[in-house]
Amino acid sequence: MSKQRLIVIGNGMVGHHMVEQLIERNATERFDIIVFGEERHRAYDRVHLSEYFAGRDAQSLAMCDADFYAANGIELRLNEAVTAIDRDASQVISDQGTYSYDRLVLATGSYPFVPPIPGGDRPNCLVYRTLDDLDAIRAAAENANTGVVVGGGLLGLEAANALRGLNLDTAVVEFAPRLMPMQVDTEGGELLREKIEDLGVQVLTGRATQEIVDGETSFHRMVFQDDKVLETDLIVFSAGIRPRDELARDCKLELGERGGIVIDDKCLTSDPAILAIGECALWNNSIFGLVAPGYQMAKVAVDTLTEGETTFRGADMSTKLKLMGVDVGAIGDAHGDRSPSARMFRYLDEIKQEYRKLVVSSDGKKLLGAMLVGDNSYYDTLMQYYSNGLELPADPASLILPSSEGAPTLGPDALPDTASICSCHNVTKGAICAAIDAGAADLAAVKGETKASTGCGGCAALLKSVVDSELEARGVEVDQSICEHFAHTRQELYSIVRVEGIKTFSELIKKHGHGLGCDICKPAVASILASCFNEPITNAAHVPLQDTNDTFMANMQKNGTYSIVPRIPGGEITPDKLLVLGQVGKKYDLYTKITGGQRIDLFGARLEQLPDIWQELIDAGFETGHAYGKSLRTVKSCVGSTWCRYGVQDSVGMAIQLENRYKGLRSPHKIKFAVSGCTRECAEAQSKDVGVIATENGWNLYVCGNGGMRPRHAELLATDLDDETLVKYIDRFLMFYVRTADRLQRTSVWRENLEGGLDYIKDVVINDSLGLAEDLESQMQTVIDNYECEWANAIKDPEKLKRFRSFVNDQRPDPDIIVTEERGQLRPA
Amino acid sequence: MSTATALKSKTGTDVNWQALCTWADLVEFSGVAAWLETETGPAQVALFYIPGYETELFAVDNHDPLGKANVIARGIIGDVKGEPVVASPLYKQHYRLKDGRCVEDDSVKLRTWPVRFDGDQVMVKLSH
Repeated sequence: MSKQRLIVIGNGMVGHHMVEQLIERNATERFDIIVFGEERHRAYDRVHLSEYFAGRDAQSLAMCDADFYAANGIELRLNEAVTAIDRDASQVISDQGTYSYDRLVLATGSYPFVPPIPGGDRPNCLVYRTLDDLDAIRAAAENANTGVVVGGGLLGLEAANALRGLNLDTAVVEFAPRLMPMQVDTEGGELLREKIEDLGVQVLTGRATQEIVDGETSFHRMVFQDDKVLETDLIVFSAGIRPRDELARDCKLELGERGGIVIDDKCLTSDPAILAIGECALWNNSIFGLVAPGYQMAKVAVDTLTEGETTFRGADMSTKLKLMGVDVGAIGDAHGDRSPSARMFRYLDEIKQEYRKLVVSSDGKKLLGAMLVGDNSYYDTLMQYYSNGLELPADPASLILPSSEGAPTLGPDALPDTASICSCHNVTKGAICAAIDAGAADLAAVKGETKASTGCGGCAALLKSVVDSELEARGVEVDQSICEHFAHTRQELYSIVRVEGIKTFSELIKKHGHGLGCDICKPAVASILASCFNEPITNAAHVPLQDTNDTFMANMQKNGTYSIVPRIPGGEITPDKLLVLGQVGKKYDLYTKITGGQRIDLFGARLEQLPDIWQELIDAGFETGHAYGKSLRTVKSCVGSTWCRYGVQDSVGMAIQLENRYKGLRSPHKIKFAVSGCTRECAEAQSKDVGVIATENGWNLYVCGNGGMRPRHAELLATDLDDETLVKYIDRFLMFYVRTADRLQRTSVWRENLEGGLDYIKDVVINDSLGLAEDLESQMQTVIDNYECEWANAIKDPEKLKRFRSFVNDQRPDPDIIVTEERGQLRPA
Repeated sequence: MSTATALKSKTGTDVNWQALCTWADLVEFSGVAAWLETETGPAQVALFYIPGYETELFAVDNHDPLGKANVIARGIIGDVKGEPVVASPLYKQHYRLKDGRCVEDDSVKLRTWPVRFDGDQVMVKLSH
């Protein structure tokens, strides 16, 4: 089959996205592709245009590498404007030539609307859309002291920020009675005005410019409808956008009454050989002036070109922005003017300058829209309610009222049926409910029926909580036993071990269980024993209980080899130690990679190599990093007051202290810490199980955060702590978690399932409401006192090292481990 | 414990029984891997030792057919409703130690070998 010729006119963000999609779907095999861009730059990130003045250049704003198009066999013709389309001859004509097409895509975007004001075409009257526009603004600003932006919408405020960045005295002139009239109402607009004015930008609303003439003290004089005047050296128009539909108009494609190339659900124009996407396209009488809907159209267009089935069904125009440092969010019908019976809740805090509004259905059950000024942290939860049509809580106002716990989050029972639980097998909550209704009565049955959690397994905890909550909702008593060998929960087993002083699995199963145990209860009991007594996990009684990673104190990879992560407390390492890691990596041909926890992972060690490698690491002063354990992993830190201009405390010092204190603590799941040296939070402590952020007066302690599959912001437990109190609270918090959490339950999920929530944790940890504080602290002290590097323990015991043989009767390494080279390192073949 | 006479077949010494390793090489309630030369080529055998259990020794293939790596000996052993099993350390499927069958997927099976003690020696019987 000979290739068809596909021409794309326009190399903006949407046009570029379309090309990426074409490549991804191998459409380059059936199409010869030519892309025209009238600008001299290849596609760049227009959303972050204002960063051009903050130091980013065209190169760093570009959407792809310079050779991306050529490397994929696509001809990119920049600086070449298409001037006409000849539909009869199926040709596009530019100033440089004529090109035939089989299929044509118009991604011509939009242009800034300049109101027809006399004098609007004077020099130094500019627009804000392209890099060349920005160059012109920058040049004009060199001889200017003042600048005015006409238009107080989203782009207008962006432009005003850019002028401010060029050190101009800046003003914004808006025709409507408030700023951002599309997104916010009168109250919100007023607050926004205050915040913008606080930044030194003059805001004039309700002003229509009648003409622009020569100024007396400045270059221009703007004359308004009430004959008031404003003088300025530079004017930037940002009064909305209009679709670039002139090519379509000239070749008689169907346009909307007010412009825009009419497209159907397949992004086809009135000529089926021609498609249109992005801001030039008019779907259902609407232009979509955001990048996300443009990307959706690009995907649909590629699907249309490759005989796919997807259609464009409109797009939600909800937005979340940060303009000049001010949060603004609008969801759905934010003004409440699309449904006459809607009711509203408003919250206004003039001190903190925050405004929030909810638009709810007349029965108070559904969220129709929302508006946020000043704090967008409420956005995500509100968006969930809106986009999934979730029923609102009895008191919807609670969703926008400030509370010590921050915005309320949604639990498993609140997830909609459409929520994806297992992304590997694309299983929704609805499918899980259907399986339960069809007779699946426990987790295993649901897994078997739906395949959920049988891929990467990352959703196991979420799946369990959904299944449990659904079973409970159906009146099924959920068996909380840890597995078939013990009729106890993990928490009960924990108490039994503590109260009866049981120190081995065999004793525990003899007295309180039956059978041989399994891969569920054995590691769980191993963890309980370790957090109570902290005996070496390499002891003969404990070895058979451990997951392979704990048994061999390394992380098994997919080909049966292991990765090794030595501890690097706080991420601080001497050049000498760094050299050792390099030498060991080189000597044993290990693949090395920097981890997210500020350490170095050495991959590809065979079982029988582990002792030799660790001997070298221990000789150089390294300890095991417990990357294999359900235990403390790392304490990430920023560089802190020792070096940083902004640091207010020694975050590295504190991170090292904490990491050394809690290393080796075995817990229901892995634990991650971080310590930031100031409120800029470079260590990302608020995404950790335990996060510590320096203040002028000490430390703020955050708990129960999580990154990963279900990110959760940590919550503030206590403020301005001294070092001693900080450690004391962490001791209590961690041990309370270790005692009461379920198996493989991270602190975030534990916290969400904990009755009483954060207040309860505060009561236990700070107010000692259970009278446990001393006990928790002394148990932690036992764990700390009994700490020993597991590898140091194993390496001196030939009996323990016998386990590290590929074959007990043969010296050879496993011949099936085959590697290949990639980017200068070895990887599994 | 078995004796050498028990290893005789009706026609005399059964040459198919081979010494693999010794009791001291085993790990109680856990597994080790051993190299086995057979007529049809080499095999990797995972040996599990459950002292005091009705059958104390099991020999199954060390190769995990689902994870596609030689790791079965490094799995945790236990039982599923009374059937002794090993859980693959890679993706946690359970294989019955007696017949090698995968609990989660009927179509998957590990090879197994008859295995027994002869004094301190661990003896495995080659399939013909």
